[in-house]
Amino acid sequence: MKYMLLCYTVPDEVPTPGTPEQAAEAEEWFAFTNAVAQAGALVNSDPLQGAETATTIRLRDGETTITDGPYLETKEVLGGYYVLDVDNIDVALEWAAKIPLVRYGSVEVRPLLDLPGS
Amino acid sequence: MRDGSGVGEIFRDRWPRLISVLVRDFGDLDLAEEAAQEAFLEAAARWGEDGQPRSPEAWLVTTARRKAIDRIRRNKLATEHLKTLADAAERLPATASIDEDGPTPELVDEQLVVLLGCCHPALSHEAQVALTLRIVGGLSTEQIARAFLVSPSTMGRRLSRAKSKIRSARIPFSAPDQSTLVTRIGAVRHVIYLIFSEGHASTVSTQLVRGDLCDEAVWLAELLAKLVPDEAEVRGLAALVLLIDARRASRVIDGAEVLLADQDRALWDRPVIERGLAHLGAAHAQRSLGPFQLQAAIASLHATAPTFEETDWSTIVGLYDALLRREPSSVVALNRAVAVSYATGAEAGLALVEALSEDEGMANYPYFHSTRAELLARSDRLPEAVNAFETAMGSCTNEAQMQHLKRRHRCLISCHHSEIPYSEMRETP
Repeated sequence: MKYMLLCYTVPDEVPTPGTPEQAAEAEEWFAFTNAVAQAGALVNSDPLQGAETATTIRLRDGETTITDGPYLETKEVLGGYYVLDVDNIDVALEWAAKIPLVRYGSVEVRPLLDLPGS
Repeated sequence: MRDGSGVGEIFRDRWPRLISVLVRDFGDLDLAEEAAQEAFLEAAARWGEDGQPRSPEAWLVTTARRKAIDRIRRNKLATEHLKTLADAAERLPATASIDEDGPTPELVDEQLVVLLGCCHPALSHEAQVALTLRIVGGLSTEQIARAFLVSPSTMGRRLSRAKSKIRSARIPFSAPDQSTLVTRIGAVRHVIYLIFSEGHASTVSTQLVRGDLCDEAVWLAELLAKLVPDEAEVRGLAALVLLIDARRASRVIDGAEVLLADQDRALWDRPVIERGLAHLGAAHAQRSLGPFQLQAAIASLHATAPTFEETDWSTIVGLYDALLRREPSSVVALNRAVAVSYATGAEAGLALVEALSEDEGMANYPYFHSTRAELLARSDRLPEAVNAFETAMGSCTNEAQMQHLKRRHRCLISCHHSEIPYSEMRETP
């Protein structure tokens, strides 16, 4: 079963680039991605650029509005995702617990909808 | 189910086992439930006439499996999902292997697996409670709805949302890793404790005690203790619910709550107390102390004190200290203050209570105000005590507790007018 692990980060809490903390965390991300890939669980994954680069678009009553920023202004912002193919939610949660940002952000685990014929 | 067939007694005992086997075999909670229900209905009809089979358990498993396969076949054209189930059903072990006499020992673990599945952390606490009562306790949706004073359709939706999440997010009903087992058992304890708390002092009902929920929680706690007998906190939980539940008959008289000090100890259920003490002993033997054991130890001192006055208050204060060190909480601190008031004096207890008044949740907690009121009265500060009782009544939502508060309020007003110091008077009920 496929699950998307939505990684919500807290920009204020992310280690500053150039610090040993940041280097250590980068190492952890690398190790995590390697481990899921080697376990044959990784479908794909991408990090996102910061929420300050986000643009949101809506169409209401025939009128398009484009606004600067993410859909919701919150402390936690979507920072990236993994799609894993694993047996059940326990396995997905076990992987999710190893994502470095769970210490300051959070990871939402959502099963993908299996569309018939896809 | 009470009838001549003996199905009623067997139902209680076998329902969770039967569900466990079916969930394991078919991987579908709804199907397991429906098949188990049909098997029990057939048992009620058949055993009354033909008498009980040699091994009722094996009979139920075989019958329920057949019912489940029938159901799958009937729906076969429906979806791919059901086809997979049907394939799984065909691969089942031959029924001969389970037609042996006596219960199969491996089933015990299956019951734990179902309990753990119902209390899976990916489900909300509300859903965990409802599922545990339905799937493990075998209560009907209507019974659970009545226990929580919601409509059967609301409870039905809650249950079906939970089951649908189990299916669509694939929440497994299988033994978790050894590394997470302890945490997962903790979740089951929490659910049982929630059921007991709601039964013991109902927040939603006009009745103070919901006996149905207390019975259910006691049964679940003892079931869990049977499944994991070496878990100290599981034993602690069983001890706690038994020791508190043993006082049930004395807690409400004529629709009014009766506090521990005034309870008729002759009404306490001694055999239930003995069962609780046995679990507490077994817990202590594991040498791994925890909050449930500490609370159970406090309850055991109350349960074994010959009178309220002879209660070992200083040991109780020590146990509350240990509990607070592990789990700091205003409610525990409030209970500790009461123990201090009997061990040391009303003023000492009152000072501790006053120190909690700014804590979160205390302003709307009727027990905080009624405790403060009693301590003010025992310190001969009657006008303030009367005021505190009025504040308590303002936040009280339970009818039996309200009756008690009103009675105490009236009593204090008459004491105040008689100008005899309250501390020199004995209350006459």
